Amino acid sequence: MDILDILISASFWTAAIRIASPLIFAALGELICERAGVLNLGIEGIMVVGAFAGWLTVYLGGGLWFGVAVAMLSGMAFGLLHGLLTVPFGLSQHVVGLGITLLATSLTYYSYRLALPEVTSPPKIEAFQPFEIPVLSDIPLLGPALFSQTPLTYLAFVLVLVVSIVLYRTPVGLAVRAAGENPAAVEAQGLSVTAIRMGAVMVGSGLMAVGGAFLTMSAFNSFFFEMINGRGWICIALVVFGSWKPGKTLLGAVLFAAFDALQIRVQQTPLGADIPYQIFLMAPYILSILALVVMSRRAQVPAALMVPFNKGER
Amino acid sequence: MRLEPVNNPSWVRMLGLPAVAILSTIIAASLLAMIAGANPFSVLGLIIKGAFGSKFATLETLNRATPLIFTGLAVAVAFKAKLWNIGAEAQLYVGAVVTVVLGTGALAWPSAVLLPTMAVATMLAGAVVLLVPTFLKTRFGVDEVVTTLLLNFVVLLWVSMLLEGALKDPMGLGWPKSARLIAEARLPRMVDGLRLHWGFGLALISAVVVWLIQRRTTLGYEMRAVGLNAGAARFAGIPVNAVLIKTALLSGGLAALAGFSEVAGLKGSLTLDISPGFGYTGIIVAMLALLNPLGVVVAALFVAGIFVGADSMSRAAGVPTYLADIMLALALLMMVLAIMLTRFKVRWR
Repeated sequence: MDILDILISASFWTAAIRIASPLIFAALGELICERAGVLNLGIEGIMVVGAFAGWLTVYLGGGLWFGVAVAMLSGMAFGLLHGLLTVPFGLSQHVVGLGITLLATSLTYYSYRLALPEVTSPPKIEAFQPFEIPVLSDIPLLGPALFSQTPLTYLAFVLVLVVSIVLYRTPVGLAVRAAGENPAAVEAQGLSVTAIRMGAVMVGSGLMAVGGAFLTMSAFNSFFFEMINGRGWICIALVVFGSWKPGKTLLGAVLFAAFDALQIRVQQTPLGADIPYQIFLMAPYILSILALVVMSRRAQVPAALMVPFNKGER
Repeated sequence: MRLEPVNNPSWVRMLGLPAVAILSTIIAASLLAMIAGANPFSVLGLIIKGAFGSKFATLETLNRATPLIFTGLAVAVAFKAKLWNIGAEAQLYVGAVVTVVLGTGALAWPSAVLLPTMAVATMLAGAVVLLVPTFLKTRFGVDEVVTTLLLNFVVLLWVSMLLEGALKDPMGLGWPKSARLIAEARLPRMVDGLRLHWGFGLALISAVVVWLIQRRTTLGYEMRAVGLNAGAARFAGIPVNAVLIKTALLSGGLAALAGFSEVAGLKGSLTLDISPGFGYTGIIVAMLALLNPLGVVVAALFVAGIFVGADSMSRAAGVPTYLADIMLALALLMMVLAIMLTRFKVRWR
C-alpha cells in the first residue's frame, strides 16, 4: 500500500483522531496550569493515576462516566498536592513535578499489585463504544474520522472549545491568564494569585487524569504498566508547539497523532519491513523535539511561568 | 499565608525539619505496608537489615549506590547552573554503548591503557548527548527539560536497535544482549574476594573532583553565578552560554560514567535493562544532597539503601516492591519542603 493510499483512507483518520484524544485532554490540562504560571511535570504520573483509577472503578462494577469522574478526582488530588507545594510554598516546579510523577506512578503500581495480586494478564473491561452521530457520520472520510468515535473523543473536542471560551471570554479566564503573565497586577485587583493558581493546577491535573483514563476506558480497555510511555512529556511539547493556545494545541495533537498513525501503517508496508521498527517508534519523539525547535522562536511564553509569587515581596 | 525569610536559622531548625521529613516518610511507608498486610513496626527494621544487615547486603548497597553517585553528580552539577538535565538516563546508556564498542575486543590493549581510554571516550559521548539539548537551549531557546526527557526515549530505542543489530551477541541465542567485555576491559575489584568493583572508587574520586571544581576554580564560580541569576552573571561579563555548555559537558560525561561503571564493573555486557531508572533517581539523589557533590555520596548511599532494603523487606513481608519508589518520592517532596522551611517562616494572616 502506498503512503498516499494510507492518507486518504478513512480508517487512518479514525485512528489518528483516536490517538489524539488522550493527548488533547492532557495537553489542555497542562495548558491551563502553564497559563496560570505553573509548569506541571506531574503530568506523566497523573496520567498513570487517571488510567488506573478509571479502569479500576469500572472493573469493580462502577459505571463508565462514574469511572471518568473518579479518574478526574484522583488527578485533582495530586494536583492539590502539586499546587500546595509549588504555589503557596513556592518550591521548584521542576523538582516537585518530577516528584509527583514518581509518587503517582509508584502509588498506582503499588495499588495495582495490591488490588490484583494473582493476575498475570491484565483483565479487560467493557469500555466506551463508538457512537455514530446520525447523518454527519455518513460524510465520506470526515464522517468516520470525526463522527463515529467514542463519547470521550467528542468530549475532548468540546473541551477545546470550552477552554478557549473560558480563557478568552470570561473573567475567570482573564484572571488565570493574568496570574501567568503579571501576578502582581492580579493581586492589585484584589484577587488571590494563590487561589487562582491552585484552582488552575487542580482543574488541569483533573484533565490530565481523564487523558490517562481515555487509554484504559476508550482505547486499550485494560490497564498495564508503562502504558503512558512518555505521552505526558509529549503533551508538554504540544503546549509549546501550540503557543499556549487551545486551538493550536489541538491542531498539534491531531498532526502528531496522524504522524503516529502513519508510522504504524508504514511499518506494515514493504518499504517499512526493511527499516528497524525502533526507527518508527523513535520518530514521534524526534518529531516533538523538531517541532519545539521550529516553534520556540515564535512562542509567547507566559511571562510568569515557573516564577513563584510571594505576596508582599518585591 | 505568606513566607518570611528566617535570617539566622537555629541548629534545631536546620536539623529538626529534615529529620521530621525523613520520619514522616518512614511513617507513611509503614502505613502503606500495613495496608498490604505487613506489620508496620517491622518495616523500618527490615529495610535497615536488608540494606546494611550483612556483609553481602552492604556490598549490594554500595554497588547499587555507584551508578547513583555518578548520575547524582551529573544532575547536581547541571542543576547548580540551572541547566535542567533530566536526560542522565540517555547519557548513561550512550556511555554503556561506547563501553561495549571499545571493550569487546576492538582495542586489544592492556588494562592500564584500555580502561582510561574507555572512560574518557565514554565521557565524551555522554557530553555530546547533553550538548544537543544545551545547544538548542542557548541557540533557539528550547526548554531543555522537555528535550532531555524526550531524548531518553529516543536513546533507549536506539540502544534496543543496536542490541538487535550491530551490537548483538552472536552467541546470544536471540536475546537482545551485547557480547561480553574482554577481561582487560573489566574494572577490577577494590578488595580481593569482595564483590565491589573500582567503579565505586571512581565514583568517590569523581565526587571529590566535582567538589574541587565547584569550590576552587573559576568555572565553578561561574556555574554558581549563572545558576543564581543568569541575567546578573551576563551583566558581570560571564559568558553565560559558554558556561552552560561547559556544564553540559561535565554533567553529560558524569552520567555516562554510570554506564561505563555498570557495564565494565558490574554486568560485563549490555542489556536493555542495565538501568532501572538510575538517571531519574539521580535527580532525587542530587536534591536530597542539596546539590552538594560530597552530599551526593551520602544521599546515593541512602537511596541505594532504601532500594536494596525495601527489596528485601518486601520479599520478607510480602509487600509490593514499588514501596521503595513511593518512599523515595515522599522523601524527595518532604525534604525539599523541609529545606525551604529552614529558611522561611510561614505567617498565617
